[in-house]
Amino acid sequence: MFLGALPFLVVAVAYLVTSGERLAANPNDKLLPSAVHMWSAFLDLATVPDRRSGDLILWVDTYASLIRLFIGVGAATFIALTLGIAIGFIPRVRALLLPFVTVVCVIPPLALLPILFIALGLGETAKITLIATGVAPVMVRDIANRVIDLPPELVAKAQTLGGNSWTMVLRFVLPQVMPRLLTCVRLALGPAWLFLIAAEAIASTEGLGYRIFLVRRYLSMDVILPYVAWITLLAVMTDWLLVRLSHAVSPWAHPVEGK
Amino acid sequence: MSRIVVHGLEKSYGDARVLERVNVVAEAGEFLSLVGASGCGKSTFLRILLGQEQASGGVVVVGDSPIVPQPTPERGIVFQRYSVFPHLTALQNVILVEDFRSGGPFGRVFGVKRKRAREEAEAMLERVGLSHARDLYPASLSGGMQQRLAIAQTLLGRPRVLLLDEPFGALDPGIRVEMHELLTEIWTEHGMTVVMVTHDIGEAFKLGTRVLVFDKVRHDPQFPSAYGATITYDLKLDRKTRASSQDVAKVASMVGTARLDTAVATTASQGRP
Ligand SMILES: Nc1ncnc2c1ncn2[C@@H]1O[C@H](COP(=O)(O)OP(=O)(O)OP(=O)(O)O)[C@@H](O)[C@H]1O
Ligand SMILES: [Mg+2]
Repeated sequence: MFLGALPFLVVAVAYLVTSGERLAANPNDKLLPSAVHMWSAFLDLATVPDRRSGDLILWVDTYASLIRLFIGVGAATFIALTLGIAIGFIPRVRALLLPFVTVVCVIPPLALLPILFIALGLGETAKITLIATGVAPVMVRDIANRVIDLPPELVAKAQTLGGNSWTMVLRFVLPQVMPRLLTCVRLALGPAWLFLIAAEAIASTEGLGYRIFLVRRYLSMDVILPYVAWITLLAVMTDWLLVRLSHAVSPWAHPVEGK
Repeated sequence: MSRIVVHGLEKSYGDARVLERVNVVAEAGEFLSLVGASGCGKSTFLRILLGQEQASGGVVVVGDSPIVPQPTPERGIVFQRYSVFPHLTALQNVILVEDFRSGGPFGRVFGVKRKRAREEAEAMLERVGLSHARDLYPASLSGGMQQRLAIAQTLLGRPRVLLLDEPFGALDPGIRVEMHELLTEIWTEHGMTVVMVTHDIGEAFKLGTRVLVFDKVRHDPQFPSAYGATITYDLKLDRKTRASSQDVAKVASMVGTARLDTAVATTASQGRP
């Protein structure tokens, strides 16, 4: 616990020392604002309504970004589950789609961004589609592989107990891939944030990524740094929730460690 | 409870021939022990009986009709590993049988049916000595307990033919003897036809009413996989008199086992009932 906290402390102290030195030399330095300064800027965004729109900017940004992120990742998860199980469990679907999915996996999603903006306009659809198409292929491939790797012995066993394709998916395949699916979602959230911020930076009127790129023009490190910390906090919390969810849904996959 | 007839069975994987000219007729209620060198196709034979794999030629009849080319509830199976569902507790694993059998599109029985399924499942766990472990996941069961659970689960499906692929291969000798007793009891009680693959000659003689040896009769030194294995020795055992140690030694030498001593010892030690 203590050991894990050490690097955080080192970085924080290093920042404070350097920032303190720079501010001592030039009180108007914008590059490394002091902690107090950043905190007050952050509080302003969180509690003081914007003069022009009357919005609490931090919350509007957070809400807009999280909605995009969750819809995008949610859609990708749904696709991964249905398509992944179909590819993994039904040999004919596998023969048809696995090569396609494998190729789609290596397309860099950001290269698709202009296409999406042209095809879908600059609205929400394009951003959500970017996130979904960005993370779905890898998730589909992962789930399909997990299903393919299920021991054939267990499939045969389920059949001898009278399971048909549908009940086997329901009672055997689905619960077996659940832990893997949640791990996939956790891994996908990294790229998903990347695509979200990229899309917001290019075309948006609110959102965490939009804000960062907007205030970059004024070198407002006092906003950018707290925003980055805020995004990190959100990402860590989502990850933690997913781990808890996995424990709740698939207790068998998380055996209690012996003392 | 079900007769098995295998006639002219062949199995090849590409150019590699694994089984050829396999002929067996097993009467209902017989207990067949299958032995043979490693890699000679015993598991393949069992998977064909199960319907998990298709024969390249020949006929396999279970009961009155050729087997359906996929596993069905009339045939039960216990493998050496991967025989229980890791995401279900011991009790859930056993209830799953009823869930699959009459759970409809949800694969789950509800209400009174569930209560009855639960009672039946608990009785079965009691029977195999797993009552205390009913809420544990397979990962926290020992190897022996997992195999008991697998057997309990398979038995609840009331198969007419029970297929076992080295079911006790991974167990300690002491546990193995316990499992032998359990299996013998169950077989005497239900009288299903059993086909068991084993590497333990002693076990083959102790449990079976008949010992079958799989081996290759033809060899091509240039191309070792040109010919497949077949049944080279078929010994009917009399439950009362037991096999002589010559028989055991003979089978052991055919299989080329290094554990001849233990094989003879196991068989001899149990003596006459
Ligand atoms: N799916 C497969 N594709 C190709 N070859 C296979 C396949 N399954 C089995 N074989 C081959 O068939 C032969 C027989 O395999 P099998 O598993 O039936 O042997 P076994 O008698 O059960 O061996 P063991 O005693 O070690 O379990 C082996 O040479 C194996 O390589
Ligand atoms: Mg085998």
